[in-house]
Amino acid sequence: MRGSGFVQSLRTHTGKVVPLDRVNVDTDAIIPKQFLKRIERTGFGQFLFYEWRFDVQGNPIDTFSLNAPQYKGASILLTRANFGCGSSREHAPWAIADYGFRVIIAPSFADIFYNNCFKNGILPLILSEERVDALFDRTGSGVPYTLTVDVASCRVYDDAGFSETFVIDAHRKHALIEGIDDIEQTLLLEEHIAAYERQCAPRSYFG
Amino acid sequence: MKTMFEKIWDRHVIWSEEGKPSILYIDVHLVHEVTSPQAFDGLRMAGRRVRRPDLTVATMDHNVPTKDRFVVVDEISQQQMDALTRNAQEFGIRLYDLHAVEQGVVHVMGPEIGLTHPGHTIVCGDSHTSTHGAFGALAFGIGTSEVEHVLATQCLPQHKPKTMEVRCVGTLPVGCTAKDLILHIIAAHGTDFATGYVIEYTGSAIRALSMEQRMTVCNMSIEAGARAGMIAPDETTFAYLRGRPHVPQGEAFDEAIARWKQLVTDEGAQYDACVVIDVGAVCPQVTWGTSPGMGTSITGVVPDPDQFATANERKAARDALAYMGLHPGTKMTDIEIDRVFIGSCTNGRIEDLRAAAHIVRGHRVSPRVHAMVVPGSGLVKRQAEAEGLDRIFVDAGFEWRDAGCSMCLAMNPDVLAPGERCASTSNRNFEGRQGRGGRTHLVSPEMAAAAAIRGRFTDVRAWNAPMHANHA
Repeated sequence: MRGSGFVQSLRTHTGKVVPLDRVNVDTDAIIPKQFLKRIERTGFGQFLFYEWRFDVQGNPIDTFSLNAPQYKGASILLTRANFGCGSSREHAPWAIADYGFRVIIAPSFADIFYNNCFKNGILPLILSEERVDALFDRTGSGVPYTLTVDVASCRVYDDAGFSETFVIDAHRKHALIEGIDDIEQTLLLEEHIAAYERQCAPRSYFG
Repeated sequence: MKTMFEKIWDRHVIWSEEGKPSILYIDVHLVHEVTSPQAFDGLRMAGRRVRRPDLTVATMDHNVPTKDRFVVVDEISQQQMDALTRNAQEFGIRLYDLHAVEQGVVHVMGPEIGLTHPGHTIVCGDSHTSTHGAFGALAFGIGTSEVEHVLATQCLPQHKPKTMEVRCVGTLPVGCTAKDLILHIIAAHGTDFATGYVIEYTGSAIRALSMEQRMTVCNMSIEAGARAGMIAPDETTFAYLRGRPHVPQGEAFDEAIARWKQLVTDEGAQYDACVVIDVGAVCPQVTWGTSPGMGTSITGVVPDPDQFATANERKAARDALAYMGLHPGTKMTDIEIDRVFIGSCTNGRIEDLRAAAHIVRGHRVSPRVHAMVVPGSGLVKRQAEAEGLDRIFVDAGFEWRDAGCSMCLAMNPDVLAPGERCASTSNRNFEGRQGRGGRTHLVSPEMAAAAAIRGRFTDVRAWNAPMHANHA
């Protein structure tokens, strides 16, 4: 039986793009703390961006992009710099994945969030500010806008001439394509872990 | 020639292979109730055990009520704490629960009971794990999948971060604190200037800080985007550690000091980046926006969004002012507040409470303000009561609470009502952080205390001879 170290694979993805035109979107905004009390990994999508999506009565806020009819069913999130800053809560990528997103495009991501995405089969895709601006222009027309992401060739493109390459670390790319269980990989190093413990024995705090 | 970070990193790599992340051994794994239940479930699903329960320590802090702590009204909060109790029992992990005097905010409790040593690698499913770097440890926050990874293997695959020196030269002016220093750095350089880096804070101004103040600085490294913040251990560090539980005693302590002294960055070692901060220019800080970098001096005004350089910044400032209910040009000292929160892993330590009490002594909380002090741990609370600080606060009209994360993130009953404005010693002023519609201004404990009394932000430098926290 595999544990949750197993990651869903992502090879290519074609999907509708929804813009979220804000810098520094923090993980408190992605998933407010009142929803962190669940002890499961699932079911967080309904709470994604909750305080921007819903008013205090729980009614959808029309002006928020995710609620606009032309963006319904989007699976690629287009946003601004330093996305995912703040708390380390993995509930943020859980909510993003559970809502149906597989790719987030931004000029930069906060470190912990970036790492957490790969653990959940989400691709955080970094493009330059200029290219992100160009994509914002394309999504703002009111007509549904679709992008295709090919992880193997590190290319993102549409069918109307936009094409750009992106960079991800080779190991992360491999893990995303193959959907590996990284805990299993580390457990294979048992001999080295045990040797380290014999040699550099860290103090036991509570034996 | 190596930096302190490289020495600690190299010593903990148990396996590395070209093109793959290094496998890093973890010395201390701190666990709390919010980011761990799914990790323990993962272990059960895969039939895995906790490899080193003796290097794993748990406490509950985020959900804990700070008043009538055993009466948890929120059933889901109770379930989350119960899950930690069950998991600790099942996997044989030491848990400091609500009955333990040591219980507290995990990053206050850890150093206090001597779990944090120079040279350690320390992780926790919590971004403010960077706090422990104040001791010359490599300490960073991780996600729940990584919590599971560390539980199962006591190791973590990590891409090596870059190093940045933040050199703090000069002397911190009287009335300015470590909190003002780190808020000043973030306001000047942005909330992502250290993304991808581990910061080492160096310079005479850092050497002059107490351990509590160093923890405040390292704590908010994450608000600069840093993977971790570190300060080389010195006599201040050793004096703090001496005699604490879980720290070597007697001769073993002297041997440990000799080892710890080797950790400092070698002369001539290169950082990947360097920022120099003139600490003499720091003023008491108040944030005006919804990101920790949106701050200014107490003598400043709410900025005009149109004055920002880029379209993204202008939009962010406009959104922030709309949320905060503020207008450009308003003096910071004219902003009236409704609530005051003194506490958190940033400023809930004994020195913070002493500094706040020094301001409060002999005054009354403004009738328009509801103010509370939440000690960072049971031990901080006990020490403060032994010194009579609780009486000073209570006599002035503050509430004196039990230890917990409280209103720093409002996962418990301590929540701002919509529109309420709070002077808070915590670390994040994000929209909704302290409650939906709540408006957070980040400040030092001294500034929060003075604001509680005046009912508005006040320059603490003009208060009856304010003092540095370390002179208490």
